[in-house]
Amino acid sequence: MVLDSGDTAFILVATAMVMLMIPGVGLFYGGLVRKKDVVSMIGLSFLALALVSVQWVLVGYSLSFGTDIAGFIGGLDFLGLRGVGMGAGDATIPGLLFMAFQLVFAGITLAIITSAVAERVKIGSFIVFGLLWTTLVYDPLAHWAWGGGWAGQLGALDFAGGTVVHISSGFGALALALVIGKRIGFGEHDMEPHNIPMTMLGAALLWFGWFGFNAGSALAANGLAANAFVVTNTSAAAGALAWLFASWVKGKPSALGMVSGGIAGLVAITPAAGFVDTMSALVIGAVAGVLCYKALLFRVGKGLDESLDAWAVHGVGGLWGALATGIFAVEAVGGYSGLLQGNVDQFVAQVIGAVAAVVYAFVVTYALAKIVDSTMGLRVTEDEEYVGLDISQHGEKAYA
Amino acid sequence: MMKVEAIIRPERLDQVKKALEEKGFVGMTVGEVTGRGEQKGIKLQFRGRTMDVDLLPKIRIELIVKDEVVDTLIETISEAARTGRPGDGRIFVIPVARSVRVRTGEEVK
Repeated sequence: MVLDSGDTAFILVATAMVMLMIPGVGLFYGGLVRKKDVVSMIGLSFLALALVSVQWVLVGYSLSFGTDIAGFIGGLDFLGLRGVGMGAGDATIPGLLFMAFQLVFAGITLAIITSAVAERVKIGSFIVFGLLWTTLVYDPLAHWAWGGGWAGQLGALDFAGGTVVHISSGFGALALALVIGKRIGFGEHDMEPHNIPMTMLGAALLWFGWFGFNAGSALAANGLAANAFVVTNTSAAAGALAWLFASWVKGKPSALGMVSGGIAGLVAITPAAGFVDTMSALVIGAVAGVLCYKALLFRVGKGLDESLDAWAVHGVGGLWGALATGIFAVEAVGGYSGLLQGNVDQFVAQVIGAVAAVVYAFVVTYALAKIVDSTMGLRVTEDEEYVGLDISQHGEKAYA
Repeated sequence: MMKVEAIIRPERLDQVKKALEEKGFVGMTVGEVTGRGEQKGIKLQFRGRTMDVDLLPKIRIELIVKDEVVDTLIETISEAARTGRPGDGRIFVIPVARSVRVRTGEEVK
């Protein structure tokens, strides 16, 4: 195809916006931990960006988007970005730009999973785990949905990464938390967020960047991008209000709950953004707000220390979003119809795609975490954890 | 009248407060401090070298009470704050000469 300067300009900006979401995740998580671990928490997100940026240009892009091998993984034809150039490939934007846009998605996915290891991970072990995880979990899942793999062939829809990004990191975080174990003192004494404004700043960057994430996934500056933009904001707003009201019933209306609900709404609309209309987005977001809040309460009730709720918000929200895409898709928006228009097949494809991703992400993450834990040890020592990762891992302090 | 000043682990504050309330000790002043004891903080091994974290975060609780309840108070705080590892803290008892309530100017006995 011919390069389109409008499309190219738009995706350049969208890519930079998604990049900004990665430290956004760091700030969101950083505010939620105790003040002795905030440098570590924000640092892990930057580390995810840096690690995946290198892995992606070396092998990740090729494994995800190279020539299909058995529907499972891409070949090594784009190793070291060989053959990925400045000209337009199948789209109206340069191949290099498509590669970069996909790179930041892979980066944020690894950042999200750091929720599971908050305040207790050994940094060297996280580097090894992170490289294994992005190569063996993210890259295959991206290939399944977008790189010509089996899920895409089956017709499972994932507009901007509900399955690839959110189910994978959410259910991966659950497995990782089970392997690394609880923080010392979890459930015995309070571990209150140390800086809620920092978390809200992170949420602001995420909400902003998500327009690049979802509208950019149209891969063109067109009407579909506008639809994705509007449903994204609508779903985020509905999710924020739903979680706010759900927390109000139990006590005070929580500001932290409101921004968490916004993220839940953003997660849920991600796979659906190019297939549903604005009225459906209201429902998708509102259900996500309540559902993810309930998932968080369930997680706490079970005494499970998936510390910053990547599972409750990204895992459960992503699963709901994948199913909602199969329910609410309308032909007028993205050319596919869902359950409400009588298309049962689409819903079934969504269920198969989502369940396969849940199982694959959970099982493979669990195995990788076990391997790293038994060879290098995922956790710091008790003293290092007590003193905090900022001092013990980095020799730095957040606040003088 | 005595001032009982306890330096405890930050994560034990909730238990200590709860235990104090159960025994009827309600008024208190609480502050965040850093400090060290005989172990001079915690030594961390990092890539073969030792790193000292000599000042650790602690909580200071101060209560002004009648002489006869000092023993009960010390026992209550010790039990609630104890983990058995170094760093559980210290309790000091200091005589108080006078106590005046600011709102009314009256002497508190």
